[in-house]
Amino acid sequence: MPMNRRDAVARLLENRGELLVVSGLGSPTYDVAAAGDDPRNFYLWGAMGAASLIGLGLALAQPRKRVLVVTGDGELLMNLGGLATIAVQQPANLAIAVLDNERYGETGMQKSHTAHGVDLAAIAKGAGFPIAETVADLAALDRLVPTLRGVAGPILAVLKIDTAEAPRVLPSRDGVEIKNRFRRALGV
Amino acid sequence: MDSATALDWRRQIHPLLKEAGIAQVAYVPDAGHTALIEACHADPDMRAIVLSNEAEGMGVLAGAWLGGQRGAMLMQSSGVGNCINALSLVQICRFPFLALVTMRGEWGEFNGWQVPMGQGAEAALKGAGVIVQRCDRSEDVAPTVDAALALAFDSEVAVAVLLSQRLIGRKKF
Repeated sequence: MPMNRRDAVARLLENRGELLVVSGLGSPTYDVAAAGDDPRNFYLWGAMGAASLIGLGLALAQPRKRVLVVTGDGELLMNLGGLATIAVQQPANLAIAVLDNERYGETGMQKSHTAHGVDLAAIAKGAGFPIAETVADLAALDRLVPTLRGVAGPILAVLKIDTAEAPRVLPSRDGVEIKNRFRRALGV
Repeated sequence: MDSATALDWRRQIHPLLKEAGIAQVAYVPDAGHTALIEACHADPDMRAIVLSNEAEGMGVLAGAWLGGQRGAMLMQSSGVGNCINALSLVQICRFPFLALVTMRGEWGEFNGWQVPMGQGAEAALKGAGVIVQRCDRSEDVAPTVDAALALAFDSEVAVAVLLSQRLIGRKKF
């Protein structure tokens, strides 16, 4: 039974502490905002394909902090080569959670590649991620969250979610402010 | 630095990046950047990050800045087109951004397939909101890169330095 996206993201971010979060454009940005606005959130509203690479640069710059990228299957698919780039660098403090509804949700719910059998966890494994798993229910996600928070990565977790659309929770779209707020929270 | 090294623009860029505190260097390889890429890999204060596509670089360098580090990008002109939508991240969030772009498709190019993107690179970068500065002579490289670093990081804008094919030399086969 696929998960509800808001339930899944709430579990990912529960008691997040100093976790640094990057959200991919579209619903993952709304999901992360719905779990609670935080200055340590960098919300993307565009630049499709950039979320996991921002996570890479951030993880390398802040090796003592944990970084979580929350993005969608379509967003990750736009820049699959990024998985190879991340794997070469092996950032131990980076985890990527892919909310996989097998759809391009913002554009009319067209089927994405994962609906046709493309296995993102297998691709990450092949690239060289030491941990790459697919989880299909909240119980399995609960077991995985401590790994995402603390085990040496890079880690890719594919979270199978249903296609239900959640009410939109819109964080700021002011990119300069989101950027500067994030840096202030880090003290950089 | 001996006089031969001082005269070789290829050896002058790495010390400038280092002095400016560049900690992450994201690149798609190019022959014109060979010495610089090797110097970045050999520098313990720099992380050299090989990309599979230039668009990845805008994300990596934005993440570096969010985390308090400075980054720079090395690429060739044929990769400019790959960057266009990703540059919207740089522009809308006003991330400081510096790309050093080695040019193809302009000076004695033997491979016509390099010409369209090489000739379109400057206009494409400008169209995506990037300030473009061009080097045609070896003695211009160090001052131009130095000034571009200041412009990018002090004024928090996007800058590309184009290292012309005349400067680099015609590619011989």
